[in-house]
Amino acid sequence: MTTARRRSYGVKGAPYAFLLPATLLFALFFALPIGYAVWLSFRKVRVSGLGLGSGARKEVWAGLGNYTDAFTDSELLDGALRVLGYGCIVVPVMLGLALLFALMLDSDKVRLAPFTRLAIFLPYAIPGVVAALLWGFLYLPDVSPFYFVLERLGMPQPDLLDGGPLYLALSNIAVWGGTGFNMIVIYTSLQAIPAEVYEAAKLDGATPTQIALRIKIPMVAPSLVLTFFFSIIATLQVFNEPTTLKPLTNSVSTTWSPLMKVYRDAFGTGDIYQAAAEAVIIAFATLVLSFGFLRAANRRNKQDASHEGAR
Amino acid sequence: MSSLAVQKASPATGTTGAARSRPPLRGRIALVPTITLLLGALYCLLPVAWVVIASTKSGSELFSTFTFLPGSGFTDNVHDLNAYRDGIYWQWMANSALYAVLGALLSTAVSAFSGYALAIYRFRGRETLFNVLLAGVLMPPIILAIPQYLLMAKADLTDSYWSVLLPQILSPYGVYLARIYAAAAVPSDVVEAGRMDGASEWRIFTRVALPMMVPGMVTVFLFQFVAIWNNFLLPYIMLSDDEKFPITLGLFTLLEQGANTPALYTLVITGAFLAVIPLVALFLVIQRFWSLDLLSGAVKS
Repeated sequence: MTTARRRSYGVKGAPYAFLLPATLLFALFFALPIGYAVWLSFRKVRVSGLGLGSGARKEVWAGLGNYTDAFTDSELLDGALRVLGYGCIVVPVMLGLALLFALMLDSDKVRLAPFTRLAIFLPYAIPGVVAALLWGFLYLPDVSPFYFVLERLGMPQPDLLDGGPLYLALSNIAVWGGTGFNMIVIYTSLQAIPAEVYEAAKLDGATPTQIALRIKIPMVAPSLVLTFFFSIIATLQVFNEPTTLKPLTNSVSTTWSPLMKVYRDAFGTGDIYQAAAEAVIIAFATLVLSFGFLRAANRRNKQDASHEGAR
Repeated sequence: MSSLAVQKASPATGTTGAARSRPPLRGRIALVPTITLLLGALYCLLPVAWVVIASTKSGSELFSTFTFLPGSGFTDNVHDLNAYRDGIYWQWMANSALYAVLGALLSTAVSAFSGYALAIYRFRGRETLFNVLLAGVLMPPIILAIPQYLLMAKADLTDSYWSVLLPQILSPYGVYLARIYAAAAVPSDVVEAGRMDGASEWRIFTRVALPMMVPGMVTVFLFQFVAIWNNFLLPYIMLSDDEKFPITLGLFTLLEQGANTPALYTLVITGAFLAVIPLVALFLVIQRFWSLDLLSGAVKS
């Protein structure tokens, strides 16, 4: 009885014991900071008198003041629009290339596949800051091979780090860094498709292109959804690459992306309350987009399942 | 995101007796994928090739010779980098190794414990806890990093190694991967057999389940190693003493100073080159161990 009871208790308590480290770390480094950020976003400092002496600077309730300031801030809005433009380039190009390369790797009789797969995956191992540094120099007129070629051809030389080209320059860094990882995710799913599916299609006279478009792509749709989802999150959170390019060009301001503005407000301006409100808004927007996307993807999965079930 | 256990079929054997026109068609089909992938590889290797060549150029050669024309100053560049601030560059490299290795080890351990518990046990609050953990993946780093900084400041821990290590120990994505892998790799009847023999839950985990989970945990470790090595924002916010900088922040600082002192550009480039070598070497060595299937959420049963 005692032994049985002790064993039963041991099993019941075990999951909580195993999950204690993660729970504690989550509470300290995720839940507490988020709660603190929300708290700060409703506070502000009131300065009384001449700001001298103790009690002159007092933290007080600010209501929604920080939020209204954020929503009416043209710098934050401009940053959001820039990231939207940047994302519209990065996500389709990166995933398009990843899918293309994955399909090529999955082709019959492709040569040098191990080498090319590894080479395309390699950028994943290089830090975003180093990647931006490398490409940043390649964009400079005196270093860039692109300028060298254009000059030899007598063609005009655009400033790759200004105006429209800046978006392409920044997007290229993200595409270069992320295509390989997404390629592997999609390729892994392709490898998991049973070979009988292809054999049946070939017997029916389908060409490799038709097999790719009608069989392979639909069957890896779940992986595409996953990669699309993570790509959007990464795009919303862009910070490293524009920050790294800033020393090389005057066209990247300290508030180029929303996250750069949050950083600037918190540590440049010293207004942690405004920064907290902006951070909360960005986090909330990310969560809404993510759950909306997951719900839409899930709904489509259910429709496909019921349709297949009916047939 | 639901996990899928999929059965991989054996590779199909090619059919013999092809029509006479098929061989050239097959040959042409193979060319397109091969060339496409080679172009992709070329694109991906371009900046790496550039940094290798650029690190051989002296300051005067860097901006006056063609991009891919080698220079004559590699040994001088390395010497200058070694001399800069008494070799602080190597301190940055050591710091990155410390943060990445130690952080990834701790993170892998936490992921293994958590993933195992979530996969093996049925208990109240399991799915809720899992979903709350997963929500951490969605948090923009900066909404965490700024209040983390402020809270660390209250605890007098900013500008310390702990301020960079502690926030990176928990990886929600690592927990997610570990759960998927544990569910696929650890049969419940094996766990039950261990209990029948009177083994404690801890002993079952360490002696039975963990060996089965090792391949997946290697993947989690490598994933977290790359993530921590690449991290820039957290040390950028937490650290002010450049003796504690990781290589990402160190190179960025050099680059910023280079805007005013162009001679530092050769240090940045040489530093970037030397920083990339160990990562690439590590990558080449371990990629065979990297269970990439796990990263896509699919585990072969």
